[in-house]
Amino acid sequence: MKTDQSKGQAGTLESGDILVFIDLSVQEKGISIDLDSPSIVPFGKQIILTIKDTLVNLGIHDAYVKAQDRGALDCAISARVETAARRALSSTIGEVGRCL
Amino acid sequence: MLNEAGRVIPEFIEGIGPLKPFKGVFAGFPEGKMKSPLVPYVTRDTEKLLPSLRDAILATGLKDGMTISFHHHLRNGDFVVAMVLDLIAEMGYRDMTLAPTALFPIHKSIIKHIESGVVKAIQGSVNGPVGKLASHGGFDVPVLLRSHGGRARAIEAGDLSIDVAFIAAPSADRYGNLNGSDGQSACGSLGYCVADAMFADKVVAITDHLVQYPLFPISIPQNYVDYVVKIDQIGDPSGIVSGTLKVTRDPLRLLIAENAAKVIEASGFIEDGFSLQTGAGGISLAVADYIRETMKERNIRGSFGSGGITAFFVQMLQEGLFETLLDVQSFDMEAVRSLRENPNHVEMSASFYANPHNKGCAVNQLDAVILGATQVDTNFNVNVNTESDGVLLHGIGGHMDTAAGANLTIITTPLLRGRLPMVVDDVLTVTSPGETIDVVVTERGIAVNPLRAELEITLKKAGLPVINIHDLKNEAYRISGKPEDPEFTDKVIGVVEYRDGTVVDVIREVKTC
Repeated sequence: MKTDQSKGQAGTLESGDILVFIDLSVQEKGISIDLDSPSIVPFGKQIILTIKDTLVNLGIHDAYVKAQDRGALDCAISARVETAARRALSSTIGEVGRCL
Repeated sequence: MLNEAGRVIPEFIEGIGPLKPFKGVFAGFPEGKMKSPLVPYVTRDTEKLLPSLRDAILATGLKDGMTISFHHHLRNGDFVVAMVLDLIAEMGYRDMTLAPTALFPIHKSIIKHIESGVVKAIQGSVNGPVGKLASHGGFDVPVLLRSHGGRARAIEAGDLSIDVAFIAAPSADRYGNLNGSDGQSACGSLGYCVADAMFADKVVAITDHLVQYPLFPISIPQNYVDYVVKIDQIGDPSGIVSGTLKVTRDPLRLLIAENAAKVIEASGFIEDGFSLQTGAGGISLAVADYIRETMKERNIRGSFGSGGITAFFVQMLQEGLFETLLDVQSFDMEAVRSLRENPNHVEMSASFYANPHNKGCAVNQLDAVILGATQVDTNFNVNVNTESDGVLLHGIGGHMDTAAGANLTIITTPLLRGRLPMVVDDVLTVTSPGETIDVVVTERGIAVNPLRAELEITLKKAGLPVINIHDLKNEAYRISGKPEDPEFTDKVIGVVEYRDGTVVDVIREVKTC
């Protein structure tokens, strides 16, 4: 398995899920989020809040997150973000393939 | 001003005129006489078959600023709208009002004619790209949306005065008899364009299948058609009719369908003479499937199935579960074949189907109708026009007509689509007012309109999972979170006309961030 420093991914593009990619090797301070979602108007702010809260709870304050949402609920978003973040922390993106 | 549906609508809109507020489902009392078209002049020597579309357009006397109409029976396979608009653009016409029965994604190419000023306004349903353009302020004049019955009413009453109707005709003779049954582009019923043929000042039929006079059977007769043009291809058959539509296999949707069927059964409508309309969506077909089983078990002979007809209803006709099908639009090959071959499968016009201001429309005879929604609110108002982001993406179809006419109007919808709650505090757009909606069936319970208290008791007695609509909404919000409403500008981009010609709601331009 290929090892990629500080990057992690989790989730799928299935309906009701979210595909989250997290890069912890960013120079900038803070969490920047690139969100694509079919529910961006009614729930965009809430999704971003959930992603940030999940990361902060894991002690992560600086990261780049690319999130491709397919209508996931908050519980799913938070689970995918946490998994992606833990993978990034353990630096083994190779894990991803099996868990998709 | 505030209308009876509780919506704030402007009193006047530039390019449309003064708006009449919605006053209640049957409160719009008609006045005056119906519109009369020009008295035609055709002699023994008149040649109605013209060599080209250009000749036909010139022969109609088309002028800048006139209203031209189209029908959508060729659906997403239609070549005629784009062909006519490309040509009138080339011929230098401007400021035309387009009155299609509906536009589809295939009509995306006409956006250039809107941007260049060839088309100034649209009165008709817009599905997909053209609606999106409208929502982002692409039109100077708002799109005027009407239901199938409402459009027929507007034409007959003269509210929508058509100068030239262009009719895509899958089969025609040189003297202007038309049908949709035969030819390479067969589409079945031509019901939506009958009012156009009868009331437009000039009527041009465009066909790719010219037969010897007289064509048989005749759907739209020669006495309404001025000119006939033969071209190579009016449409792409793969976009005109769909393959056989399948009953959903999603267990959640099957549960909704089963509950909807039980509502109809518990209401006591499934007796000899039962009549039913459903859409062509997966849940609708599944409801029909459950009802079909019940009718077979109990040996019930229904009277009619109506609306857009699918292979599923054709099968029920053949099994003797319905005596008759009333067909305004044939969705698949099997429906096209049945309309052609089975005398009990009857073509109906949009006016016969759903016009509230004629002497009786078919929706008034319906026992039950199954309809969808993009949103339902706690007042049972239904939105089918705008999505949760506020963008106009769908036409009205026969929604408000059948909802008002049928004895029992059932909305079937999952409580959530993706993360989007389908039951909300307030719909973004009122298409069918709450007083016309009896029951909302979701996988998490069945809400009954408080106006139908006796029905609620009946359904509870039958052991159905009845739930208050507010509880249903709260359940949706508990799962998804409370949705934020999109932001709109003050600019009105769409007017939702009720079937009687009053305005039930307006759609505003979406603010882009």
